[in-house]
Amino acid sequence: MIEIGNISKVFGDRKILSDVSMYLETGKVNMVIGQSGAGKSVLLKCLVGLLETDAGEVWYDGRNFTEMNYEQKKALRREVGMLFQGGALFDSMTVEENVAFPLEMFTKMSKEERTERANFCLKRVNLPASNKLYPDEISGGMKKRVAIARAIAMNPKYLFCDEPNSGLDPQTSIVIDNLIREITLEYNMTTVVISHDMNSVMEISDNIFFVFNGQKWWEGNRNDLLKTDNKELCDFVFASSFMKEFKSSSQSKR
Amino acid sequence: MVDILTHLGAYFLMLRKAFTRPEKMKIFFKRLSVEMELIGVDSVALVSILSLFMGAVILIQSAYNFENPLIPSYAEGVATRDSMLLEFSPTIISLILVGKVGSSIASELGTMRVTEQIDALQIMGVNPVNHLILPKILAGVFIIPFLILLSMFLGILGGFLATLVTESVSTHKYIYGIQYGFEPYYIVYALTKACVFAFILTSISSYQGFTTKGGALEVGKSSTKAVVFSTIVIILFNLILTKLLLK
Repeated sequence: MIEIGNISKVFGDRKILSDVSMYLETGKVNMVIGQSGAGKSVLLKCLVGLLETDAGEVWYDGRNFTEMNYEQKKALRREVGMLFQGGALFDSMTVEENVAFPLEMFTKMSKEERTERANFCLKRVNLPASNKLYPDEISGGMKKRVAIARAIAMNPKYLFCDEPNSGLDPQTSIVIDNLIREITLEYNMTTVVISHDMNSVMEISDNIFFVFNGQKWWEGNRNDLLKTDNKELCDFVFASSFMKEFKSSSQSKR
Repeated sequence: MVDILTHLGAYFLMLRKAFTRPEKMKIFFKRLSVEMELIGVDSVALVSILSLFMGAVILIQSAYNFENPLIPSYAEGVATRDSMLLEFSPTIISLILVGKVGSSIASELGTMRVTEQIDALQIMGVNPVNHLILPKILAGVFIIPFLILLSMFLGILGGFLATLVTESVSTHKYIYGIQYGFEPYYIVYALTKACVFAFILTSISSYQGFTTKGGALEVGKSSTKAVVFSTIVIILFNLILTKLLLK
């Protein structure tokens, strides 16, 4: 479980995050949604320590991340897996080497054990035959799957996904979404997904947090989302005619 | 001025983070050998061609200028040797390596930054400065002096080959000239300069690449900045070291 307590972040004279508090549950997919520029990615970067917060605290299962020194943060990061928007795979390494990299860096596994574990993770994300390819030889969807395989290689407790569906076709998006959900349940992880893809939200989210103008504007689940009358949230969620129809059809069923 | 001090401070902080104990020595040595190949072995051809031609040109120009009968006939050999040892090999070759190696380091790290590969390392708990930059600096400081030694040898060889195709200097006099009044200290002087320049070019280029912000355009800008700043600092240190080492 991750607890965010009143975090704020300012860039120059622009307030990006203002008093954001959230409770991100274990074994659930916690989705943070919001318009582009709302502060979602900054929030994620503050959570994982890529950016320092100006105020507030982040707690990982009772451990105050904000108060930790460099070595403590380094140790905690070994429990963290992250899926970046572009995959962030290392260009100079093959798919298998990418997945095995954290194992080589932080475990005493032999080369055979590392290869076995990397191939297990690649198989888990349905990429069993691509281990000798380089990142520039695989598609965007495959890159995302390799990044997920790398993120789960160390059996993390926390998984962070920054726009996992950006640049993917709808079919591949569903594959990635389902993979994130399955892995969250399988490893009982605290998963945080940043997204503005409403299909993903309706498919895999357990908890939804809506960020608007740097503030946590609303929180709830999928059912709450369909019933909400929060104007800013409705403007964002039901901007497309498809979502409007989806809402009216689900209301008429009720 | 505030900008310069900010960058200077950030540069030294980066160096402090770079010079820490690597997470795993095995991975560090693997990266060090890769960097030595990229910085050193891959530059051998360029350094060789440049040095051969530089030596030949110095000899021909010296012969053209030393037509006075009061100047001994072996002076062209001395001039070629001393020019290569004191300035052309350590300084000019280092400046050329700034263009080749420095821009490559900056663009590699810049691309890693904008594609979030550096963030990925940090999230894993790896010290990215130590993991990526330390092997580059140490590889440069270790391997570039060997390139400079090679350049000295090939420059003098270039002069020798030039004597075979021009009639202005005899081969015999040239060989006598390159041995005449030889100061072994010149080698120490050149290698000291090479080590310092190697440190400057690898660390400044790494800093420029590592601190890239934005996209592909900024990677190009970082690469340019790496070449410009490394060149300026090398020229400045060339003056300082020459003053300090040649008394």
